[in-house]
Parts: sequence; structure tokens; C-alpha cells
Amino acid sequence: MATVTVQLFASYADVLGAPAVELPLTPGTTVQDLLYRIRSLPGASSLPPAPRVAVNRSFATSDQLIEASDEIALIPPVAGG
Amino acid sequence: MRRASILTREIDPASLMNEVGSKQYGAISLFVGTVREVNNGRSVSGIEYSAYKSMADAELERILDEAEERFGVSGLVVEHRIGLLGLGDVSVAIAAAHPHRAPALDCTRYVIDEIKKRVPIWKKEHYADGTREWIDPTRAAQPASP
Repeated sequence: MATVTVQLFASYADVLGAPAVELPLTPGTTVQDLLYRIRSLPGASSLPPAPRVAVNRSFATSDQLIEASDEIALIPPVAGG
Repeated sequence: MRRASILTREIDPASLMNEVGSKQYGAISLFVGTVREVNNGRSVSGIEYSAYKSMADAELERILDEAEERFGVSGLVVEHRIGLLGLGDVSVAIAAAHPHRAPALDCTRYVIDEIKKRVPIWKKEHYADGTREWIDPTRAAQPASP
């Protein structure tokens, strides 16, 4: 089965205990579906209700489709400056 | 001159000013962000900045595009430092040049505000009492835990 790697940063990497997780990817998977799968991982209960997701280095919408070749990341609240 | 960089070395704000400066401009606006010693009543010893660098670079480029379009600046340089910074260290510097002051000032304000909203950079504050905490600007300030 195809999989997709989701990069994790900062507080999200801490709560999920890894810098990335690999998840199964079925055709038609959206950003929202992926978040649903992430919620079943240990530690994921500490994530906010709707974490921001980036696809290919841009913020994504919840209905955006995901391909196996996409670069996916969960983006914790940013705090630059 | 236009450039945005995320780097680990010290930032020299004066060099950014020199980089955007030109005889055609009448104004250079320079914003410099530094590490403050107290946050939410807690004594800070340093801040550790980290980034999702490839996206942060892309997001900064988008912000520069928007800033050029909105304010008509043609000299615009941004540097953001990551890694462990001490008190008073420069974390970010933005220099914008324009023939007139208002667009230059508005431009630096726009760029720092957008960085704070959109660029995937995070900070973990190190406190004088030895504890550390990720900063989440979307949450109201919490009182220090005992």
C-alpha cells in the first residue's frame, strides 16, 4: 500500500514523540482524512482540534487531496520574529 | 536588492541597511527584533528558534512578493536567525527602502506581522529556573506553573 510521510515540528514532534510519521495513503485521501488518521496515534490527543497542514511547502485546505509524492507537514502555531 | 534568509550566524542590522541603500531612495526603514529578558512575567535566559526551513524560505518569498506589490519597495532584505539565542541577540531584521518614508515604514510593519502569522518558525523559551517551553502565541498567557 502507498504511504505518505508527515513531518512534525516543535511541540507536535514532542507530543507524538518523533520528527515524522508514516501513514497509509489510499486514493482520494484528503488533508482532513489524514488528520483523522493522525488522531489515532499515541500522544495525538494533545494536538489542537484543527492543526494547520502544509502540502508541498504551502498551507493546505482541509479538502485538499494528497498524493504519495507530496511533502506533508503538520504546522504548530508559529512563533517567529 | 531583494532577499530573505534564514541563518544561524549573528545578524548585523547595519549590513542590511547598506544592502538596500541606494541614492534613488529617500528612506530606509529598519526593524530589528531582539530577545527579551522577561515574557509573561517569567525570567528568560535564552530562546531556541527552529524552522521548517524549506517552507519558511518559500513563505518568506511569498511575503516579499506581496510587500513589493503593496508598497512598491524595490529594496527589501529580511534575515531571521535560528538556533539558541541569548538575551539581547537579534532574532530578526528587516530593511525596506523606498523614495518616501511611509511605504518604507508600512512595508517593515507588514513583513514582521506576516512573519509572525505565517512563517513556520518556532521558539522554545529557556527560563532562568531551568525549565523550557514552546511558545504558542494563539494561547492566552498562562501564569507560571509552580
